Amino acid sequence: MLLRRCGTDALLVEVDSLAEVAAVRAALKKLDGIEELVPAARTVLVKGALPQVREALKAVDLTKAPTTHPREITIPVVYDGPDLDLVAETAGTTPDEVVKLHTDATYEVAFCGFAPGFGYLTGLPHPLQQPRLDSPRTKVPQGSVGIAGEFTAAYPRATPGGWRLIGRTEITLFDAKAETPALLQPGDLVRFVVA
Amino acid sequence: MKRTVTIIKTGPQALVQDLGRPGNAHLGVPPSGALDQESLKLANRLVGNAESAAGLELLLGGLVIEANASCTIAVTGPPTELRVDGRLADSHQPVHLKPRQTLEIGTPQTGLRTYLALSGGVDVPQELGSRSTDLLSGIGPEPLRDNDVLKLGTPNPARGADVVPPHRALQTLVIPIRLGPRDDWFEDAETQLRQGQWTVSDRSNRVGARLNGTKLNRRDGEIPSEGMITGAVQVPPDGQPVVFLNDHPTTGGYPVIGVVDGDHLRFLGQARPGTTVTFRPVD
Repeated sequence: MLLRRCGTDALLVEVDSLAEVAAVRAALKKLDGIEELVPAARTVLVKGALPQVREALKAVDLTKAPTTHPREITIPVVYDGPDLDLVAETAGTTPDEVVKLHTDATYEVAFCGFAPGFGYLTGLPHPLQQPRLDSPRTKVPQGSVGIAGEFTAAYPRATPGGWRLIGRTEITLFDAKAETPALLQPGDLVRFVVA
Repeated sequence: MKRTVTIIKTGPQALVQDLGRPGNAHLGVPPSGALDQESLKLANRLVGNAESAAGLELLLGGLVIEANASCTIAVTGPPTELRVDGRLADSHQPVHLKPRQTLEIGTPQTGLRTYLALSGGVDVPQELGSRSTDLLSGIGPEPLRDNDVLKLGTPNPARGADVVPPHRALQTLVIPIRLGPRDDWFEDAETQLRQGQWTVSDRSNRVGARLNGTKLNRRDGEIPSEGMITGAVQVPPDGQPVVFLNDHPTTGGYPVIGVVDGDHLRFLGQARPGTTVTFRPVD
């Protein structure tokens, strides 16, 4: 674990894996006075309460998965994405098998970013861990479900994007006017089902 | 009946802004809020509002409004000419508008952003605890358009105001910066920052102040996306730094060579294209 300075009141905590990110986030989440706590792929950005943060980081056990009671969220998907055949071909299998692989797994929201409510979900079966498109789309429609690298995600709104799209969902992923604006938050467990 | 004002002309850009919605970066939501928060707070104090009330952030002035009810207004930021029904009035002072009077806000002589506070504050629905327009994510009210009618909240009794001389935006900015978190991507980051010189690009906006000038030499490649804070100086492969302002993306994959102290970001928010920028690395 490496602590990198980030201005006067923030630290970037760098670790080696998503599991360690989860452990760091869980250790810092309960502290008072934290202004921002932003997990990402290999880092946790923390702003505020730095003395307490440094103390808590001394005690954190990176090997231990946090004991939490995550929320469980189900996302219905119509699997008719424009890259479904490409994904099946890359995986050396059929589109039906891609759907089975994607719906059989349980995912965890590792972090959010890119756009409000865009959750990066880990737990993607190995055959579906595939590269981004060579040339990103200028507009990925809202609700598109895609894969890229070790992650799967659903697009909360139309944005440019280079993920391979396998389906789409009608579920609202982000509504700034709602009491809980983001459907997905770091630590949540997610399953996809055929709509 | 609700007090309102009508926007006759927006000028180049008129946005509803308060102090933003920090604390939501883990949802991918930028902090947003007024770029020059000291000026918005002052305008609010001048009209008897809480400092956190929503006002308007104007890019290069040019706003014309008509009051539909009695209200007190104040304009802050760089010195700016005001006219009430065509007669000159002062910025940085409370000004009373009677129903159907028109307020015109001129173009500031220096700087970019003026702030208009209205007694009672602009009353639009809050989103994630703020009324601010976030231009990156589309959260909050749309940018204002001609003929929009803005509701105002309930005014407080006037409390006597502070007298504050307006500050002029500078032609040359010396910005303190603290190295990290990714200064190790640069050969002698401190010297590169100390010796470089940049100007503010006309592609700057509320997402970031883009700087043109000395190329910052960095390693090739990208970092797995990581959290970004306001004031982070991100260096894309072309070596031209971007200082993240309030509507910045919450994560990014370019190395951050250093972070500008929050106290100095308002000067970047007021810097016109062409303003000279140098960095002074501090511990």
